[in-house]
Amino acid sequence: MPPDVRETVEASQAPRPRRNITTAFVVSRIAVLAVAAAILLYAAPPLVATGSWIGLAVLLGATAVIGYLYLTRRYVPAKYLVPGTVFLIAFQVFPVLYTVTTAFTNFGDGHRGDKAAAITAIERGSVRQAPGSPEYQLTTALRGGELVFLLVDPATKQVRLGDAGGLSPLPGAEVGVTGKVLRAPGVTVLTAPQAAARGEEIAALTVPTDGGAVKANGLSRAVEGRAALVYDAGCDCMRGEGGPWRADGSQGYFVNAAGEHLAQGWQVNVGLANFARVLTNPTISGYFLGVFGWNAVFALASVAGTFGLGMAVALALHHPRMRGTKAYRIALILPYAMPSFAMLLVWRDMFNRDFGLVNQMLGLNVDWLGEVTTARLAVVLVNLWLGFPYMFLVTTGALQAIPRELTEAAAIDGATPWKAFRRVTLPLLLVALTPLLISSFAYNFNNFNAIQLTTEGGPFPPENPQVGGTDLLITYTFRLAFGTGGAQFGFAAAISVFIFAIVAIVSAVAFRRTRKQEEVYA
Amino acid sequence: MSKRALGVAALATLALTACGGSDPAAPSAAPSESASAAPASGNLVIWADPNRVKALTPFADQFGTENGVTVEVKEISKDNQQTFLTASQQGSGPDVMVGAHDWIGNLVQNGAIEPVNLTEEQKAAFSDIAIKAVTFDGQIYGAPYAVENIALIRNTDLAPDAPATIEDMVATGKKLKDDGKVQEILCLPVAQKGDAFHVYPLFAAGGGKLFGSTPAGDPDPKQVLVGSEGSVKAFGKLRELGEKGDGALKTSITNENYIPSFAGKKCAFLISGPWAMTDVKKGGFGYDITPVPSFEGGEPATPFVGVQSFFVAAKGQNKTLAQEFVTNYVTNKDVAKALYDADPRPPALTAALEEVKAADADAGKFMDAGKDGMPMPAIPEMQAVWEPFGIAEAGVVKGGDPAKAAAAAQKTIDGSLKN
Repeated sequence: MPPDVRETVEASQAPRPRRNITTAFVVSRIAVLAVAAAILLYAAPPLVATGSWIGLAVLLGATAVIGYLYLTRRYVPAKYLVPGTVFLIAFQVFPVLYTVTTAFTNFGDGHRGDKAAAITAIERGSVRQAPGSPEYQLTTALRGGELVFLLVDPATKQVRLGDAGGLSPLPGAEVGVTGKVLRAPGVTVLTAPQAAARGEEIAALTVPTDGGAVKANGLSRAVEGRAALVYDAGCDCMRGEGGPWRADGSQGYFVNAAGEHLAQGWQVNVGLANFARVLTNPTISGYFLGVFGWNAVFALASVAGTFGLGMAVALALHHPRMRGTKAYRIALILPYAMPSFAMLLVWRDMFNRDFGLVNQMLGLNVDWLGEVTTARLAVVLVNLWLGFPYMFLVTTGALQAIPRELTEAAAIDGATPWKAFRRVTLPLLLVALTPLLISSFAYNFNNFNAIQLTTEGGPFPPENPQVGGTDLLITYTFRLAFGTGGAQFGFAAAISVFIFAIVAIVSAVAFRRTRKQEEVYA
Repeated sequence: MSKRALGVAALATLALTACGGSDPAAPSAAPSESASAAPASGNLVIWADPNRVKALTPFADQFGTENGVTVEVKEISKDNQQTFLTASQQGSGPDVMVGAHDWIGNLVQNGAIEPVNLTEEQKAAFSDIAIKAVTFDGQIYGAPYAVENIALIRNTDLAPDAPATIEDMVATGKKLKDDGKVQEILCLPVAQKGDAFHVYPLFAAGGGKLFGSTPAGDPDPKQVLVGSEGSVKAFGKLRELGEKGDGALKTSITNENYIPSFAGKKCAFLISGPWAMTDVKKGGFGYDITPVPSFEGGEPATPFVGVQSFFVAAKGQNKTLAQEFVTNYVTNKDVAKALYDADPRPPALTAALEEVKAADADAGKFMDAGKDGMPMPAIPEMQAVWEPFGIAEAGVVKGGDPAKAAAAAQKTIDGSLKN
């Protein structure tokens, strides 16, 4: 197989005459076909094993289409479109659809699996050792081909044989000092490794008794247990203590007459309930505007700050008389090159009032992350430090594309350097960079790490632990979805849908305005 | 001609890649092959945090040899509980999970673990609090191996006598601070968002309570008492110790800096657990470990007790082996001691603790400090308490009104429990 598929795919995209069959052309086709075949061979066996025939059909169909496309000489545009489309579906369309569908369920802690799994978990969890029953020593054995339990009562040393039919006495068995049966008539005793290899069979064997059933507990002990709760398909309920607990399909729980529910639930479709909760929850609706306002300020300040500083530095280094630009560039890229994860934590500690570097260097006693104003200033500063190298890089790139003659011409026409920048350079820069600024805004609007790793949304006023001074919509809703009631994926997905809508609207408006701007400058 | 050549070439490569491409599938096919070929097989997968992997591996290997199976101890270093839940749900989880007992409630409601059946004899070998901690809804869900709680660790070079009350401790700390011997009165992490775990003994000493109790003595999620009168009084006590009061509790002291500060002799008193001892010993001064004192005339300063346990995964591939390993193997004294050597948290087995105590007095002292402690509530509802409680704590430490902070925390907790 080729070492790197991307290389060859790129190679195939270089324009070349159609009739010429070059090595790169052949290699690229082979590469695509090889990848498709490899994915097929990799993904098919698990799909067959789990019996997901629809998935298998899709996989086979897709592989067949790809195979046909790249073996024929026709459909040239499709050859270029297909890999991109596949990645688009796998990494964009599918996650978005999955998020949206999750928003209509109660998927989360307590509701992770299906109903059958919940019933199994409830029944198994309710099994209690039968009162007064012996703690059997277990030896596993074979009677013919059938697995049986040899049970030794540690108190009486009496040996009994347990099979699917029940318990029966087993006279003549020889018991060792550890309580294991060494030999017994009519059966072959299994050694530890032999027993270990039959783990599944051992777990599956249930020996019925009067009050319950004997099940293996590991390889060397067995316990007579009784399930306190048993599922009854007739009434679709769990019968037993505290019950009957009726299945409630609307909330995915077994509920009793008193309105209590069993701990283990299952995933159900809850319709628009998650969306309704977002809209009607007083803590969300009550603080939404405040958080949204600060969120917009944070995103705008981050973009404006990083762009301003990055552009200023890029302009300074772009000046023809500037020397040692390479060294400066390397130094400026450093914050961008370091993992922001670690840097954010370092900054958080630097802003510590009593032990932080910032106060020590400046001789201040400011509780940076403890007051709303200073905390907001701090997170914007940190984000500025982390973000400006990127803006510096893209501005440097865009500046190279602006011919120097333009600014020279402006100077000859009598424009001051400021005017030349304001009227010539900046508009040309913005044409190239506005899409990046918009995407930077969208990114910072949801910049979870920048807040969570520094202030965690705080400082929090003591009278309201839900909404902190630097909370963005994403950190605030993360707290609602995961901070308190365990993980609530369904609810979190509904919130993401709302945030997605907000960011999409803001970006769409911004792009529309850019287009107008481009028309003006064009 | 060229067209055909190309087609042939492509088909040939397809055939070639078909052979090469089956490589990824090979590992999944291998186990079933060896299952029939080898005399015995099976595979036990254990997930543990980085600290325990090394200690567990020799015992896992020994268990493997005895039972003719391969045992794999895998290191999970982040978000262990969530990783375990997600993997279990997908069917790619372990057979045995190592974790803290307060996960039990959440793991049970997600059907991720199964009860562990210990004999009366085995139960008697553990300390009472360890068994109490792993019992949830009347069932034992884990085999405990270490018990940990926080205590007062004191620099005996600076403060030779154990303080009888919190007031004593603050007075000593203040005096040392005024003399310029230390910079802080007390090293107890508060941070901007509070730290419910570390402050709980002081909160309890001030008369505060998180939950009421059920008739069986377990915390009752239906009675949240964070906003109760006693809790308001306790928050008031914390305010007096806070930044507008004695200055013993400060939001600038965080989980990252509190142990290094104590080890660097910046404070004479540290409230922390066994995990701090490696750093404390490096500090090179005399120290002693005593129970956290209470306020004068206050309630007992009960710390939270956390019990590290082995769980049997409900969706594991090899449950029989997992049960065997958890119930009959790790409840063994030698395993407990090896885990202690790898990471000094007092063993839950009384016999192992006695042996460890003889060699290392600290373990016994921590155990004594947690004797009357409260097992961290394992009920899933506890997740709703940590954050609002911590924020209320940080609020009063900064000088906020205790009644308002307690009421707000109560309201938040009630709100999230209702949903």
